[in-house]
Amino acid sequence: MATAAETTQEWSRRRRFSWARFSRASVPYGLILPVIAVLGAILGYPIYSLVRLSLQHYTLFELIQHHGQWVGLANFTSVLHDQVFWHTLVRTVIFTIVNVGLTIGGGLLIALLLVRVSPWVRILLTSGLVLVWSMPQVVAVQVWNWMTNFQNGVVNYTMTELHLGNYYGHDFTQSTFSALTLVTTLIVWGALPFVAITLYAALSQVPGELVEAAEIDGARPWRVFRDVTVPILRPVLLILTSLSILWDFGVFTQPYLLIRQVHIHPSNYLMGVYLFEEGYLKSDYGRGAAISILMLLIVITLSIVYVRRMVRIGEAE
Amino acid sequence: MRTRAARRAGWNTVGIALFVVMVFPVYWMVSTAFKTDDQITSLKPTWFPTHPTLVHFSNAIHTPFFWTDVKNSIIVVLFTVVVAMVLAFLAAVALAKYRFTGRKLFIFLIIGIQMLPGAGLIIPLYVVLARYHEVGKLSGVIITYLTFALPFCVWTLRGFIVGIPDELEEAAMVDGSTRLGAFTRILLPLVAPGLVATSVFAFITSWNEYIFARILLNDQNTQTVTVWLSYFLGTSRNQDWGALMAGSTLTAIPVIIFFLLVQKRIMFGLTAGAVKG
Repeated sequence: MATAAETTQEWSRRRRFSWARFSRASVPYGLILPVIAVLGAILGYPIYSLVRLSLQHYTLFELIQHHGQWVGLANFTSVLHDQVFWHTLVRTVIFTIVNVGLTIGGGLLIALLLVRVSPWVRILLTSGLVLVWSMPQVVAVQVWNWMTNFQNGVVNYTMTELHLGNYYGHDFTQSTFSALTLVTTLIVWGALPFVAITLYAALSQVPGELVEAAEIDGARPWRVFRDVTVPILRPVLLILTSLSILWDFGVFTQPYLLIRQVHIHPSNYLMGVYLFEEGYLKSDYGRGAAISILMLLIVITLSIVYVRRMVRIGEAE
Repeated sequence: MRTRAARRAGWNTVGIALFVVMVFPVYWMVSTAFKTDDQITSLKPTWFPTHPTLVHFSNAIHTPFFWTDVKNSIIVVLFTVVVAMVLAFLAAVALAKYRFTGRKLFIFLIIGIQMLPGAGLIIPLYVVLARYHEVGKLSGVIITYLTFALPFCVWTLRGFIVGIPDELEEAAMVDGSTRLGAFTRILLPLVAPGLVATSVFAFITSWNEYIFARILLNDQNTQTVTVWLSYFLGTSRNQDWGALMAGSTLTAIPVIIFFLLVQKRIMFGLTAGAVKG
């Protein structure tokens, strides 16, 4: 009897206790619920539609009808058999490698320079970098358009005066190579400040004693850099590189607005522009969806390193 | 000692040269906006604008739809920031103050979504919004902006809330405050600077956004400033570069001012933890 009463009491206490625990445990879920619900509606549902679309014939006509026609994998077959897709992919990969290389390499050099200059030059240069960093992309594109316009661009003038060739009346967007070089200058210029300032912040974490000790041991500057500085910078470099790869691979605004509608052509497509032209402008949403999925898959693969590292940071804190 | 000073002078020269090259495009934008038409169209560049004029600014703001589009941008940005901040704050508290099953998955989603390129999402967002008749409306644009603003705000706010020690809140509760009381009186004032910085940064990103606004808003009456600016350059041979640069300067000014205010606070959001080691 006594044991039974005890058990009931015990049971009810445990029950009350677990109710309290339950309500406490549900607090974080209640807090994240709104974000989950909104993201599910505005992102989850579109992504579900994306997969459906990619398996349908879906153009402007179907958009008005709200009804696509199932075609299985036809869109994917069509894209994967399209020379333009493969050429665009290769071009975008090369473009990304060049841009990321210049951004990270240049950013590292600027960071190393920032350590070596006098304080007033450091403040001047850092302020300049922050100013550049703050420039909106569309604004920067228009400034580039003005600086390189074929009638009286200041870049054309300076290059001609420096005897690099006759650039009067030269349109940089005419050949694929010079058009993409132009886009590269714009992207690298815009991306350098973030990379340089972040790397400089990381460099200032390198303990001075470590460098001194290495120097006393007779290490030359290059060895100090390679064996002391780089290992400390490695985690930051890794994150900056993955971020730059993702941004440059998916770039749209700069190439689209700088090459401009007149000169945009399959021979100078980058992935983002290709998707916009083939899917959105031609209103072939089914095929566009297939291209989007392929592009997103590539980006997701590329982002694994970055996302894993950041998730670990988020979990640890 | 002499070689060391000489070396530093050398680095300083490189630094100043780099400053000039990097800042030149910004300088060229602002200075062109103040030049006379003669100085702008001449083949030989005018490096310093003598006789500055404000005529291009007045031309730019009297361009059709400039003020309408500024108003549209402000509406879109304000709604995006307010909705994103309110919802994100709750989720950020959950991430920073609670351990729960599924937390890792949630963090994974928040970071992963920020990595998706906008270009890859235009087709599904366009088709879904067209289905609900949201194309051509500012509300449709606000919805698409939330796709990047929400995850960004959650992640950045989390960083600010994590920095506040639990003991402060606990102490307030021991002193008889309720959890909500401790929250509003202790946590909120401490996170306020972070809230401001995050909102400002979300403001900047939304103000600068181009691709979603470009595909969703085709009517000049409902465009945003970035789309207005991108259409400024027609196809004719004779461009009004002065007015374009004045318009560019006007578009950039609010961003530059806000950015300078919050840059220090926010810059490590994307690389958080990596720098601290």
